[in-house]
Amino acid sequence: MSKQASNTNALDRTGTWTPIYYFVALLVVAVTVVPLLYVAIGGFRTTAQINNAPAGLPHPWVTVNYHAIIFSVTFWQDLMNSAVIAVIATTLTVAFGAMAAFALSRYTFRGREAIYAVFTIGLLFPASVAALPLYLVLRSIGLLETPIGVAFPETAFALPITIVILRPFMRAVSGEVEDAAVVDGATRLGFFWKILLPLSMPALTTVAILAFVTSWNAYLLPLIVFTNSVHFTLPLGVATFQTQYSQDTARILAFTAVSMIPALGFFVFAERRIVGGLSGSVKG
Amino acid sequence: MGDSSVSSIIRQAPGRAIRPGALSSNGKLRKRLELFFLLTPALVFFVGFVLAPMVVGAYYSAFKWEGFGPVSDFIGIRNYVRALSDSVFQLGVVHNLIYAVLSLIIQLPLSVGLALLLNRNMRGQGFLRLVAFAPYVLSEAITAVAWLLMLQPGGFVDQGMKAVGLGSLIQLWLANTHIVLYTLFAVITWKYIGFGIILFLAGLQGIPIELREAAVLDGANGWQVTRSITVPLLGPTIRIWAFLAIVGSLQLFDLVWIMTLGGPANASTTMVTYLIDRGFQRYEFGYGSAVAVILFIICFTFALLYQRFVLRRDTEGATTRMVGQ
Repeated sequence: MSKQASNTNALDRTGTWTPIYYFVALLVVAVTVVPLLYVAIGGFRTTAQINNAPAGLPHPWVTVNYHAIIFSVTFWQDLMNSAVIAVIATTLTVAFGAMAAFALSRYTFRGREAIYAVFTIGLLFPASVAALPLYLVLRSIGLLETPIGVAFPETAFALPITIVILRPFMRAVSGEVEDAAVVDGATRLGFFWKILLPLSMPALTTVAILAFVTSWNAYLLPLIVFTNSVHFTLPLGVATFQTQYSQDTARILAFTAVSMIPALGFFVFAERRIVGGLSGSVKG
Repeated sequence: MGDSSVSSIIRQAPGRAIRPGALSSNGKLRKRLELFFLLTPALVFFVGFVLAPMVVGAYYSAFKWEGFGPVSDFIGIRNYVRALSDSVFQLGVVHNLIYAVLSLIIQLPLSVGLALLLNRNMRGQGFLRLVAFAPYVLSEAITAVAWLLMLQPGGFVDQGMKAVGLGSLIQLWLANTHIVLYTLFAVITWKYIGFGIILFLAGLQGIPIELREAAVLDGANGWQVTRSITVPLLGPTIRIWAFLAIVGSLQLFDLVWIMTLGGPANASTTMVTYLIDRGFQRYEFGYGSAVAVILFIICFTFALLYQRFVLRRDTEGATTRMVGQ
């Protein structure tokens, strides 16, 4: 923040930009927040109220929609399914990604760069493009309608960015640290587990958040893997709910609002890490 | 990827553990076992779920196959010929290109401009960043449902426009075949603009203040400083953002599928909605596989060319390095 202060005020001593700044800032906040508020407040109205005055305020405020969602099996089931899949995908991504990045950063062996290159190809490979062939593979090995049928491919598609972020980070740890560990009797794997992983914590957090958010928000993969609504994840559940209750706008708004809470809550909780991680990973 | 600065320190690092004579054949075996243990899980997953499907898809693409029963109706490249000459698929390609171009000429100036304006030390800066970034963390599915409801005829958006005197501009946002593409683009912009702003704010923080101060001392005005110093120095960030925006435009699916299913009358179809429609709605698995292979080739070619010719000077991008070595 201090750096930012010096970075900006030098060109803004006159203060002429201040009103424009506040106007633009207010506009950005309004455009962002108003739709979110509309969804949340709309959930407190009845569909009849919404049909009469789409942009009005609740009159009277009703909690029946939220009540129905909070006490519905569907919502909690979707939430649990999303959580289970995201946790599996994130755990596997971080574990396998860290192991591979360790091998590719601190071992010398023939074919190392070739293996790294194979992983980087995955960076250019959008998961949505692979959806149809992926479905055929999952069907042939019997992973349709299972949580791991979503979590495993998500892991596979998250590995490239994970390895690309972790490898330079692990490389940058000085060889003297490794030597010291070896002198103290550590094996290479011991060095990895006891020293390198703790040192890599910031990068590991970044890739974990990336993997978690990607999995949490995924729609296409759950859409093709699950047909039984018992397995649906939250994004899939919201979209399905919208088609099922298309006449009951208020209830869809309530369901949508409640479904936003985990992502927004997680975001407020981990904002610095998410923002830093995403812009950091992009800047390389 | 930013490791060039430290590469001189770490160059020797991997070799350090192996000293001449320190490795018996026992040690070599041990190293191989370690490498096997470390690399196998990642490779198995990557090959099994990323590479194998593409190979499988390439194989099925040569057959007429409905997804069940024997794969025996070999038709060579007829699926490819059919896809490339299908007017709906062509429409999808055009729509994806329109999204890519629109994001470059609308989202890019918008997010750079907002980042420049917001890059000053004012009260509430942290709150502003938090708010601007919030839509990015919502899933496209939830975003799509929320906007689908707000964009209904006579709905929240229409009422809001009437309230501020823009009632004459109201359209059938999602039902008018001439409008729907741009409506969806507006929703996409709403969701992703915060990401651009945050990225460019981070990029602006990396520009040394001395450069701008020196220009001011030399008599440059604010606009000249912005145009001749700030924006060019923001180049690397802009090129990365553009890469992500174009790749994102090419694989657009969730939002379009939920809001319009690519309709009405294919007016908002994209390459991936076309793929999912033919593959899963109509069970044309052989044909859908051919479409998937074509999409893959388009994305892959674009990404390689972009890395090779646009990103090369900014970062030692993973693929350029791989090709260059």
